[in-house]
Amino acid sequence: MSSLVLSPRSKTHTVRTTAIPGFGLTLGYTIVYLSLLVLIPLAGVFFKAAGLGFEGFWHVVSSPRVLAALKLSFGAALIGASINAVFGTLVAWVFVRYEFPGKRFFDAIIDLPFALPTAVAGIALTALYAGNGWIGQYLEPLGIKIAYTPLGVIVACTFIGLPFVVRTVQPVLQDAEKELEEAAASLGADRWQTITRVILPTVLPAVLTGFALAFARAVGEYGSIIFIAGNLPMVSEIAPLLIIIKLEEFDYAGATAVASAMLILSFILLLLVNGLQVWARKRHGGSR
Amino acid sequence: MDIKVRGIQKNFGSFPALGGVDLDIESGELIALLGPSGSGKTTLLRVIAGLEFPDRGQILFGEEDMADQPIRERRVGFVFQHYALFKHMTVLDNVAFGLRVRSRGERPPEAIIRERARELIELVQLAGLEKRYPTQLSGGQRQRVALARALAIEPRVLLLDEPFGALDAKVRKDLRRWLRQLHDKTGVTTIFVTHDQEEALELADRVVVMNKGRIEQVGSTDEVYEKPATPFVFDFLGNTNVLPGEVRGREVYVDGQTSAIVTDSIHAAGPVDVYVRPSDLRVTDAHAAGFDAVIRSMQRTGPIVRCEATAVHSGQAIEIEVPHLHHDTQALRAGQQVRLRLNQFSVFPRQTRKGGGALPDVVANAPAEYRERGRS
Repeated sequence: MSSLVLSPRSKTHTVRTTAIPGFGLTLGYTIVYLSLLVLIPLAGVFFKAAGLGFEGFWHVVSSPRVLAALKLSFGAALIGASINAVFGTLVAWVFVRYEFPGKRFFDAIIDLPFALPTAVAGIALTALYAGNGWIGQYLEPLGIKIAYTPLGVIVACTFIGLPFVVRTVQPVLQDAEKELEEAAASLGADRWQTITRVILPTVLPAVLTGFALAFARAVGEYGSIIFIAGNLPMVSEIAPLLIIIKLEEFDYAGATAVASAMLILSFILLLLVNGLQVWARKRHGGSR
Repeated sequence: MDIKVRGIQKNFGSFPALGGVDLDIESGELIALLGPSGSGKTTLLRVIAGLEFPDRGQILFGEEDMADQPIRERRVGFVFQHYALFKHMTVLDNVAFGLRVRSRGERPPEAIIRERARELIELVQLAGLEKRYPTQLSGGQRQRVALARALAIEPRVLLLDEPFGALDAKVRKDLRRWLRQLHDKTGVTTIFVTHDQEEALELADRVVVMNKGRIEQVGSTDEVYEKPATPFVFDFLGNTNVLPGEVRGREVYVDGQTSAIVTDSIHAAGPVDVYVRPSDLRVTDAHAAGFDAVIRSMQRTGPIVRCEATAVHSGQAIEIEVPHLHHDTQALRAGQQVRLRLNQFSVFPRQTRKGGGALPDVVANAPAEYRERGRS
């Protein structure tokens, strides 16, 4: 009898500061993990590049060939991600809102760019868009050359980025109740007003997330692009390829300098997109 | 705006959601569409709104046929069960939405839109919350924003789909009373859907009871409760005991009894089902008209005592509700056999398994003051 009374009292000795246990342990793991996988390798890049001194670094980065490569890498990635933001949202809309035969099949196809080895994708795209390819042969007479030009880089960037936008927007659209559209219609809004004033603002944060992911993937993409780009210096040479070239010439400091420049630029751009997302989400009243 | 529903039919695939519905709603009325899920009440509301289009039939707003008009042309205020507020807009922007999307020629200046939205927010008692986002409001507040938003377009009719369904009991009661006051103030013709008979009876001027895509009965709250037209209506509006009985002329014999209840409102003959509410059964002296039952168990829940009993002749399980401290309860004990009097009841033709009642015209509702006929 007395032991029954005592047992709950003994429990009160262990004082819990938070309701969720294991904070210290999990945070420790997180930091070790991030350090090993991300921070230490990246710090190594900057460390190696630092060997050049600022002047040497600037000399490498501001050389016309590197500048052209960086411009192409970031420009093509931004254009590709923008195209995906628009059409990926459209694709997600179709999959969420309509029923059609083969829907599951097409839905599965969306993920293929995730799974396909990038080299395979690059070779396939090149074969399609080359002057004698299935699609290229019709574009060539019109004066549009895709393979072995910057256009080809954009095509590859768009291809690999598509699933990111579709897969981030899809669940949000699914959640955005049909009732929202019905409510807008009952209040007198036409189709266009409903889409621009109700649906798009609702999915905007998700579109931005998809955009950021697609962009990040495209900037770092190597395998699929080098096949279709043709890799002409100053024209269709991407920055990751330039890094490889410099490595093959044993110019490790130069390679890490280009890599550092890419890292800094990517970081700034992702930070910007993040800021946009925070802004868009704030308009939702700070929830979700 | 008065509304006429004429012969509306609507199928979802092979499922008949509405099978020929006719209904007249007068201007300024507050009407409840009441029924179980799948009864077609929400479909009917959505057809009136223009969110669904009927396969056949007419919807008239006044004299104007609405059949081909989409919802945005109909000027109806629609309130959804889960509010459907625009989450990225403040309360004020939500309420102003209907005015802002008007075409340039009809749109009032921004200052007037804001003024009007503020008035409506005040009307729904949310003044001071204009700048909040929907996620920062409670369920009851959100539903009031939805109502203000619907009223902003000066709707010809206000349609509410289970407006209180997602709220807890206390808030629901408050909002119900508040909606009634709001309706009396604005006078907008209002139709709301509910599966809660208490809500329908408390709030509405008239109740439309629906079942399986058809209207079972339309009437004032008293009418549907006191004089249910069909067994379904009787059953749906409250707890029910069903006893076998027989009608001969104006005499009703309940549960194989030899003494009859006599009432003027019954006129036919044959086997019937006698419907009586647990609260309309009273213990009476052994010689009065009624039927015999054995008390099985008694349980007090708050102010009433609930008795489980078994009818002696048919073995039918029945339920009796007696106010606590009523003199009936003093003498009651489990296992005791008692004579029960029916204060009020309805008779319907015996429900046969093989479809259709045997006696289509035996429908009656006996008032409390029936006569008793001699014992035999």
